[in-house]
Amino acid sequence: MTEKVENTKKVKIPRHDMPCQEPQVRARNFEEVALGYAQETAIEEAKRCLQCKNPKCVTGCPVSVLIPEFIKKIAEGDFQEAGNVLKVKNSLPAVCGRVCPQEAQCESKCILGIKGESVAIGRLERFAADFGMQSGKSEVVKPQSSGKRVAIIGAGPAGLACAGDLAKDGHAVTIFEALHVAGGVLMYGIPQFRLPKEIVQTEIDNLKQMGVEILTNQVVGKITSVDELMENGYDSVFIGTGAGLPYFMDIPGENLNGVYSANEFLTRTNLMKGYKFPEYATPVKVGKNVAVLGAGNVAMDSARTALRLGAENVYIIYRRSRDEMPARKEELEHAEEEGIQFRLLTNPVAIEGDERGWVKSLTCLRYELGEPDASGRRAPVAIKGSEFEIPMDTVVVAIGQGPNPLVTTSTPGLELNKRGNIVADPDTLVTSKPGVFAGGDIVTGAATVILAMGAGKKAAAGIDQYLKGK
Amino acid sequence: MYHVVKKRLLATGIALLEVNAPAVAAKVEPGQFVIVRLDELSERIPLTVMDFDREKGTITIVIQDVGYSSAIITGMNEGDEFQDFVGPLGVASEIENYGTVVCIGGGLGIAPVHPIARALKEAGNHVISVLGSRSADLLILEDEMRAASSEVVIATNDGSQGVKGFVTDGLAEVLAQGHQVKAIWAIGPMIMMKAVVDYTRSLGIKTIVSMNPIMVDGTGMCGACRISVGNETKFACVDGPEFDGHLVDFDLAMKRLAFYKDEENRAKARLECNHEGGHH
Repeated sequence: MTEKVENTKKVKIPRHDMPCQEPQVRARNFEEVALGYAQETAIEEAKRCLQCKNPKCVTGCPVSVLIPEFIKKIAEGDFQEAGNVLKVKNSLPAVCGRVCPQEAQCESKCILGIKGESVAIGRLERFAADFGMQSGKSEVVKPQSSGKRVAIIGAGPAGLACAGDLAKDGHAVTIFEALHVAGGVLMYGIPQFRLPKEIVQTEIDNLKQMGVEILTNQVVGKITSVDELMENGYDSVFIGTGAGLPYFMDIPGENLNGVYSANEFLTRTNLMKGYKFPEYATPVKVGKNVAVLGAGNVAMDSARTALRLGAENVYIIYRRSRDEMPARKEELEHAEEEGIQFRLLTNPVAIEGDERGWVKSLTCLRYELGEPDASGRRAPVAIKGSEFEIPMDTVVVAIGQGPNPLVTTSTPGLELNKRGNIVADPDTLVTSKPGVFAGGDIVTGAATVILAMGAGKKAAAGIDQYLKGK
Repeated sequence: MYHVVKKRLLATGIALLEVNAPAVAAKVEPGQFVIVRLDELSERIPLTVMDFDREKGTITIVIQDVGYSSAIITGMNEGDEFQDFVGPLGVASEIENYGTVVCIGGGLGIAPVHPIARALKEAGNHVISVLGSRSADLLILEDEMRAASSEVVIATNDGSQGVKGFVTDGLAEVLAQGHQVKAIWAIGPMIMMKAVVDYTRSLGIKTIVSMNPIMVDGTGMCGACRISVGNETKFACVDGPEFDGHLVDFDLAMKRLAFYKDEENRAKARLECNHEGGHH
């Protein structure tokens, strides 16, 4: 009875906000936007958790983090143990606490959310993971060796999660990464102000301490192949090469100077640290007026990056309406607070250039919402004769990415779907090639960090089973 | 790990570096390129391969001091290391026995044409190489090209060696001799490749060029290197770097090369400024 009263009270306690840098200040620097909970706030927030016997939140988590258990430890003030509990299921908790769409996952299932506000699971995850990182006392237990070797292609979220679980199972893991640093999209794509690279590096260093070997500068498909890896003593191969092929709109003017793929724009800024040019030698350039085409998280990242690089007007150009924007709510809000301008129900039809081949303006068409289309969303319909031109210096195309073909085309016998994604068994993630597994964006098409991590973990389980049967 | 095994100055501001990179050397084929990065602060720089030695495990690159990063790399010495050395990248040249072929190298472009000429000769072709430079003292790799080719024609802008004029004049001389040329490789500055394809288009001789646009990752991820080939957008890093020169939009490619001119000048000025600062 007392417990029930207690719980009714909890529903009424509002969720605790996380402090952020002021919008006007942060819009001009690359420091992290969200500042994380103070210890007292974390304890207060953790105390809101009902500690459900049958926790629904866990069912909403692609990697089944032990949510009530780690939150209980925070409520008790045992932050170190909270971090350890997190790591049981999640090898990159400090990353997930920052970039997971919790509102659509764990937090959407929280019982408190029915009548009030859900527990801020993501913020608590970030708090516990950061505490573990700063204390430097993360436990690394090296399990007994299984004698089996696994090659992982791609050191992005899928590959890293897969590596973490395989290492826990005692398998010797080598990751082959094409770029000069590990991390994939966590390093080249997601900006510093949303996911500091030092955090990613620390999580990667933890994996290395667990015995995971990471070889950078290895473009599989060129320097070696899946078949060669299998011939050279690897018992299994996991392909987690992601969605690294940028799509363009296929409109006139896309090859003008000043038009970037979001991949290029973000890679120059994040991976190559172009925002520190000329100290770092790779330049990245924005003009006064910047258009970002698309409305997903990558588009928000690009727009907010453009602002921080000194643009005066940054527009998100999207042909549907606000409700259909695929970006996380928090990212949209942050972007809006910082002064990103939304041009909704607007679609670019051409980019105009000057005689030197530089972007001069963007021609757009206005849209209205019609009947629902195949996606269930109301289809945008062009309004005839509504063309208009906006002066523009820079255009960033952020309409999605496809599967990079370097690995898939160099692997005979690997079944692909018509979009070029690898076909994998939904339960074990084994491909049409025995011993070869695949997961993440290379299988599903571009999705989220956490879904890729979930796939990496699922594949690790599949690989472990396969190796035990060998 | 990727240290310079041997360095040779080929001309003022042009260095040949033989770099230890066994895994790359084991797989590289003529026509492919590598991306190098000197240290944490450096750019990723694509460079075509001039030579490779599978047994020694080395890749040879040739670089000219034209900008901030290239100036630093040109100044590297034996024992110095690259932090990153990625390759082989891009699609290899289509080497087969065509009959008689012409390999044109202009300026620094002689370096990437070298392994292609050698492979074509080994495949049984009669390889006529046309080498061009502004003047005799800037002509690089003449001995290597003589060894890799059946015949060599040299053209210098000032007439200080061989034919006076451009590589197109050298090519005209070859064609005037009545050779039945089945294919041409032309590698050099964009303006040179454009001149060659404009010349060979009317003659109907297949002409392959190697594109060197601005690049970042070199694996098809960023799309910076896009060029227009037959009105289709291609990524030079994964679809090329070699393309049918008659289909390439060179005007666009040349405009795109200028995108970071201001930043390049700023970086170079900074380097020169540092040099004058008393460290050297």
